[in-house]
Amino acid sequence: MSHVSTHGASDAPSFEGRTALVVDDDPDLLLQLQVGLEAIGFRVVAAHGEAETESLLPDLLAGRRPDVAILDLMMEHDDSGFILAWRLKRTFPGLPVLLVTAVSHRTGMDFDAATRDERSWVRADAVLTKPVRFDQVRRELSRLLGPA
Amino acid sequence: METLRILVVDDEPGMRLGMTRCIEGLTVEVPEVRQVVGFTVETAEDGQGALAALASFRPDLLLLDYKLPDLSGLEVLKHIHEHQLDVLTIMVTAYATLETAIVATRQGAFDFLAKPYNPGELRGVVQKAARHLVLGRQARRLEEEKRKVRFQFISVLAHELKSPLAAVEGYLYLLQDPTLLAGRPEAAQQVVERSLVRLEGMRKLITDLLDMTRLESGQKARNLMSMDLAAVVTDLVRNQEPVAAPRGIALAVEAPAPVAVTADAGEVEILVNNLVSNAIKYNRDGGTVTVQVRTGPAGEALLSVTDTGIGMAPEEQARLFGEFVRIKNARTANILGSGLGLSIVRKIVDLYHGRVEVRSTPDVGSTFTVTLPLPDEGRA
Repeated sequence: MSHVSTHGASDAPSFEGRTALVVDDDPDLLLQLQVGLEAIGFRVVAAHGEAETESLLPDLLAGRRPDVAILDLMMEHDDSGFILAWRLKRTFPGLPVLLVTAVSHRTGMDFDAATRDERSWVRADAVLTKPVRFDQVRRELSRLLGPA
Repeated sequence: METLRILVVDDEPGMRLGMTRCIEGLTVEVPEVRQVVGFTVETAEDGQGALAALASFRPDLLLLDYKLPDLSGLEVLKHIHEHQLDVLTIMVTAYATLETAIVATRQGAFDFLAKPYNPGELRGVVQKAARHLVLGRQARRLEEEKRKVRFQFISVLAHELKSPLAAVEGYLYLLQDPTLLAGRPEAAQQVVERSLVRLEGMRKLITDLLDMTRLESGQKARNLMSMDLAAVVTDLVRNQEPVAAPRGIALAVEAPAPVAVTADAGEVEILVNNLVSNAIKYNRDGGTVTVQVRTGPAGEALLSVTDTGIGMAPEEQARLFGEFVRIKNARTANILGSGLGLSIVRKIVDLYHGRVEVRSTPDVGSTFTVTLPLPDEGRA
């Protein structure tokens, strides 16, 4: 399942052996992230929403701790991503969180995680606005995790 | 009761008092909008006073003497026109010649009252103007409401169209990077399949949208003819076999006797296809769709479509027939729909003065029942 890319290791760092928790209520975005992340070496734990992620927490705690979490913002609730980010960071201290959101588009609410102040409020280490291309995700992951 | 403001402008104190007395306490019924209108009156004794009161009192109606000490009535009309004031003017004049009438009408006067007049005539013109005003405002409100609904519809529609586009775009970006899916044919296959599914969903949305627009515009001539609903439904259900078979869903039609209806074949097709395709879509693999067609006790046609699928909770059933309503829960996450199908079903059933009802139990299934009254009962 995890395939190590044999092409250009320089521009495509491998994240072999790392685990990504991916949460999105849109099955297509979830599948896209899963396919893309697996292609660059991640083991992917996927969940369809806030509640499903909560139910996975014991497993994650017992098994391998995720190296990064990629969370959609608006799921069951408008702030599901924020709540999950807060909970995950408490459960896994130091866990980098990437928030993926259409929020600025849909509600006019705008924020990013560029400054320390904003990071503490948002409780995410990076924010991407939908529509998201996979190479943007990959770039953020390289920045957050460093090359493997 | 709505109260309209009337400004009375006349340089004779007696005229002002008489008019005020005559109008205060007057009520006008506007049965078309089920409204009764009353009046509150203010007065002005010259042109400048009239202009000041137009700004401060903001009258709905203006009873304007043609001949004032400082300005002429026409100059007041010009002021109203220039400032685009929302006021209906009734010109009161002792010189009610055809010529003054034409000039004042050009300047925007709504009506005339010739001096001398009796109280009945005064009330008559005021009532006529008030009705005109209330109906005009009502029409504007409805127009505004329609614009809002339309805007909302288009916003949701745009969102519903953007969502499959974004999904397909995301998949294409994955395929665009030659390093990502190389050596992973299964993943690549999944990516292509999901893209096709989303595009098909988008096509269905556009088809539904066209069906709905056609129904609402009333532009397509309806071709009502006598038909045997049992035979028509049997054929339509058979056409859905290719969709049901891959999931092992059995389609059964129970139509023991002919059921005569007068209907438009195109509308019946859209109606049946929507109900049956929902029954397949929301079914479990290996489930059953049972379609019954029969004549009810009062001679009405009854069509019911029963599935053995995921069913719905009562609160979900209540919202079901709205536009772009899709029941979102874990069981429906992977089922695509335009959110217009049942809204279209309801619109068609309404055309026949019929009813559509749903009974459903979560995890057991749903039954949609359409009742079409005999054509001579309700007007089809």
